[in-house]
Amino acid sequence: MAGTAVLGRLTWLVGEVTDAAFEAPRVRSLVLDVPGWAGHRAGQHVDVRLTAEDGYQAQRSYSIASPPEDERVVLTVERLDDGEVSPYLVDEVRVGDRFELRGPIGGYFVWEAVLGGPLLLVAGGSGVVPLMAMIRHRRAVGNGTPTRLLYSSRTLEDVIYREELDRLGGAGDGLDVVHTLTRGQPPGWTGYGRRIDAEMLREVTWDDDGAQAFVCGPTRLVESVAGELVALGYDPGRVKTERFGPTGT
Amino acid sequence: MEDADLRLDGNAAAGLLGEIFVREVTVAVGTCDTCGARAELGAVHVYMHAPGIVLRCPSCEAVLMRIVQAESRYWLDVRGIRSLEL
Amino acid sequence: MAFVSRGFRGRRRPPDESGRVPPGQYLTHDFPVLSAGPTPHTPLEEWAFSMGGEVAGPKRWTWKEFRELPSETVTKDIHCVTKWSKLDTTWEGVSVDTLLAGIETDAEYVTAFCDGGYTTNLPLEDVTDGKAWIAFAYDGEPLEPEHGGPARLLVPHLYFWKSAKWVRGLSLMNEDEPGFWESLGYHLYGDPWREQRYWGD
Repeated sequence: MAGTAVLGRLTWLVGEVTDAAFEAPRVRSLVLDVPGWAGHRAGQHVDVRLTAEDGYQAQRSYSIASPPEDERVVLTVERLDDGEVSPYLVDEVRVGDRFELRGPIGGYFVWEAVLGGPLLLVAGGSGVVPLMAMIRHRRAVGNGTPTRLLYSSRTLEDVIYREELDRLGGAGDGLDVVHTLTRGQPPGWTGYGRRIDAEMLREVTWDDDGAQAFVCGPTRLVESVAGELVALGYDPGRVKTERFGPTGT
Repeated sequence: MEDADLRLDGNAAAGLLGEIFVREVTVAVGTCDTCGARAELGAVHVYMHAPGIVLRCPSCEAVLMRIVQAESRYWLDVRGIRSLEL
Repeated sequence: MAFVSRGFRGRRRPPDESGRVPPGQYLTHDFPVLSAGPTPHTPLEEWAFSMGGEVAGPKRWTWKEFRELPSETVTKDIHCVTKWSKLDTTWEGVSVDTLLAGIETDAEYVTAFCDGGYTTNLPLEDVTDGKAWIAFAYDGEPLEPEHGGPARLLVPHLYFWKSAKWVRGLSLMNEDEPGFWESLGYHLYGDPWREQRYWGD
C-alpha cells in the first residue's frame, strides 16, 4: 500500500533558485530552496505557477529531478520554443529569483528502493527527468536493484545528465545505461541509432516476471513502448507510464 | 498533428485532482462504466486542451470524468466511472 | 494576488487596437487546437449530415449531396472561452439557413451532435438568418481533422465551444438541452460580449 496517502491540502509554496546549470542545449536544471517542503518520492512532480505584474498567470508541471534524500528540490526544464513557462525558466530565471510551486504530486509514477525490481526505465528526451530521480534515489540509499535505463535522445549533445549517467552506469552496482541516438550519431558510435522499437526492447528488457517498467516521454513514444512491453510479456500493471506534452492552450 | 500530441495521462491532471480529492487519486483504481476495464487514474487518457479536462478510458475511450474549473468553482462529472477505489 | 515572479511576462500578446476583442480575451495569431477526446476519422463515404428532431420531415445529405449545396465564403472573428480570440478567419460552408429551407418546425432550440459524442445547444434563432454555417474549409483549404474536418458547425457570434467540431447534424428541440460543456458549468448561451462563460455569468 505504498501508493495511497492522504494528501491534506497542497498549498502553494515559494521556492528560491539557489543554483542553475545547463544539462544540454535548451535544458536547464534549477536548484530550489523551498521553505515548507515536506519531502517527495522519486518520480513525483511539482506544478509551477508564474504570475506577471499585471496578474497574468501560467502554470505548468515539471518532474522533480532530485532524489528524496536531497533536501533541495531540483527541477530540470526543457525549453519549448513556443512555450510560455519554459522559456522563462530556461532563459530568464537567475539565482535569487523566486516562484510558486506546489507538490509533491503523483503517487502512480513513483519508485522506491523497497519496491525492488528488476527495473526497466525507458526515457524519451526530457522524459528522463523523473527516471533520474529514481536512479539518484537508488544510488543514495545504496540499493542494488538491477536497473536498466534505455534513453532515447536526438544526438549525443542532447543527452541530459550525460556525464552523471556515464559515471553511474560504470559504477558496477547493477545499473546499465543504454543510449539510442535517433537523429545523428558521433563517429565511431557503436550504440543504437534509431527510434525505440520492439527489437531494441527485446534486447534490452529483463526476462523476469517481476520486472517493473517506467516509461516517460512524449505521448507517441510512451504509448508505442508500453504497447511493445506488454506484447513482450509484461503485465500491464507492471508498466507505468507518464506522458509529457504541452498543457497550456 | 495527431491525437497522440494532445493526449496525456492522469499524471498531468494530478495537481488539479489534488485540489478536489483529499486522497491521492493517480493510484486510485477506477472501473469504466462503459466497458468495465479497470485502471489506475494515473494511466487513463487525459485531454487537457479543452474548456475543461476530460479523462477517458484507455481501453474504450469512453468519458470517465470531466472537470471544469472557473476561478474558485469546480464542476465534476464522474458518471463514467462505475466505482473508484481509493 | 499570488506571488509575482520577476521578469515573467507570459507570451507577448499582440495589442488590440481594433475594439474587436471581447472583454477578458487576448488576441492570437495561432489557431490553438482544443479537444475533449481523440480525433474522429469518419470516411467521407460514410459521412452524412442530418437535420431532424422536432420537424415534420427530417432531411439527410451524403457528403456528395452536401457539397452540391450552395456554399459561401465568410470572414469572421472567433472567440474561445479559454480566452483567445482570432480575427478575420475565413471559412467556406453551407449556411444553416440553406439546410433548414423547406423544413417545418415549431422548435425553438437546436442541439448539434457530432462524431465522438460531443454536443452543444443553441437557440434556433442563433443559427438562422445568416448567423451559422456548416463549414468544410478554413483559410482556403479543406478543414483539417484537428480543427473539426470534414465539417464543423460555425457560429462565430458565440464562444467557439458552440462551433462544434465533427458535426453530423442538428436536432431541433422544444427545450434547451445543455450539451457536453453546458451541462458541466459552461453558460447555456455563451455571448462573448457579455462574458457569459459559466453558469451564473
